[in-house]
Amino acid sequence: MRAIVTVIGKDSVGIIARVADCLSEHGVNVEDISQTVLQDYFVMIMLADLKKATCSVKELSDKLDTLGKKIGVQAKIQHEDIFNAMHRI
Amino acid sequence: MLFSKNEILETVKMIENQNLDVRTITMALSLFDCIDSSAEKTAQKVYDKVTRRAERLVKVGEEISAKYGVPIVNKRISVTPVSLIGASNGGFVQIAQALDRAAKAIGVDFIGGYTALVQKGMTAYERDFLETIPEAIASTDKLCCSVNVASTKAGINLEAVRIVGEKIVELAHLTKDAGNFGCAKVVAFANAVEDNPFMAGAFNGTGEGDAVINVGVSGPGVVKSALEAYRGAPIDELAEVIKKTAFKITRLGQLVAKEAAAALNAEFGIVDLSLAPTPAVGDSVAHILEEMGLEQVGAVGTTACLAILNDAVKKGGVMASGSVGGLSGAFIPVSEDAGMIDAVRKGSLCIEKLEAMTAVCSVGLDMIAVPGDTPASTIAALIADECAIGVVNNKTTAVRVIPAIGKSVGDEINFGGLWGTAPVMRISPLSAAKFIERGGRVPAPIHSNKN
Repeated sequence: MRAIVTVIGKDSVGIIARVADCLSEHGVNVEDISQTVLQDYFVMIMLADLKKATCSVKELSDKLDTLGKKIGVQAKIQHEDIFNAMHRI
Repeated sequence: MLFSKNEILETVKMIENQNLDVRTITMALSLFDCIDSSAEKTAQKVYDKVTRRAERLVKVGEEISAKYGVPIVNKRISVTPVSLIGASNGGFVQIAQALDRAAKAIGVDFIGGYTALVQKGMTAYERDFLETIPEAIASTDKLCCSVNVASTKAGINLEAVRIVGEKIVELAHLTKDAGNFGCAKVVAFANAVEDNPFMAGAFNGTGEGDAVINVGVSGPGVVKSALEAYRGAPIDELAEVIKKTAFKITRLGQLVAKEAAAALNAEFGIVDLSLAPTPAVGDSVAHILEEMGLEQVGAVGTTACLAILNDAVKKGGVMASGSVGGLSGAFIPVSEDAGMIDAVRKGSLCIEKLEAMTAVCSVGLDMIAVPGDTPASTIAALIADECAIGVVNNKTTAVRVIPAIGKSVGDEINFGGLWGTAPVMRISPLSAAKFIERGGRVPAPIHSNKN
């Protein structure tokens, strides 16, 4: 499955590296990445491929949540179908 | 990327900041194959079927929630009306308790279907069933009860209305120590729907399948936030914004419903388009109406704003899902909506205005506390009023009213959680006892010469 990872929060050094580390540790491949900083606010969106993931989405979601809390951002993973459903007719 | 940054962030914000959630995945089960010669055997079969068929409901709900990153607040079950399942052996209370045990065993939030459909006439077993309502609901925790006492085709069964009024008062006394909470699990309907996923009125209608997934979405906070960008805009523009928002919310419901149905080997039934509030800040239907331009809900203009909201939600939702059903519209449960609670406390919102609002929105007089000394005949007459609105206007209406035993206007009952806080509201002290005592059936209304 493919999923969208979003990271939103206050900008600081090493956010991308830490999130990418967390994903690669669990066999998740990042296919696309986009990032902006708006008035000190960091927004990163990743398209991730979970075909070879070594854990479930639930575990991945919990891990990202824990990591997000540690580095002061909100990190979330969602199957791409939710965006298809809500934004495509 | 397949989606724009704005689209992705919009979805994330809706979930994280605006309380978008799937309110409930409700698995509707038929219990006809559980009917047996004795009450004990029937109750056992009911327990076995519910625990077997819905065993994975909670787990599947949690998995879908993690996959899409969206909260699924409740997992529920609805069943065939128990008045039919216990008809041959009278084991209504045993079945009630078996359902409650089954709900607890598999970890669902509620189980609905302690139901009778008596809109036209009552059999002897249905009379017996109505008598058991206080005992069945007071002796269980998860079970919800509904009675359909009227329909557009049949009229209003005034005798059933009287009995339900009496049972509500009895139940309030039986659950006095728990804030009369039993009454929050009992609802009287006109034109009840057979595929409703919401409590207390969910049951699996006789025309439904063996195992069906019905999903209720929510998101008053999302609609309110969307409207904030349109202050001062003409009302038709607001209606368009509401439609588009409802479309997105409903698509989420459809996605979840289909996935849950497939995972549970059940049919996909319907998505219920309701805007269901919670007492949480930013999850209020009243605040949407205020965003539309009212000083506070209850002001003149409230009925008009609610009608616009309700219509736009349906129009957006109908395009989003192949199968829309249930109650579909804006809910106005007083205790469960921070804006409604506030308006009642300030004296801005009264029962009479709420009654007018129910003529244009989903369902009816919902989660309203009235003084504890309110006579049963007054509660019955309140139900009759609501039924008249539903029957004449060909829509579903309902009454879920809580007599606050030992309390009067100005006091409050705190239920906690999703049920919120109910300020005790003034109800007319004038008597309708002689009207209710008449009994009989209000004839079905004429459907031509509509004026």
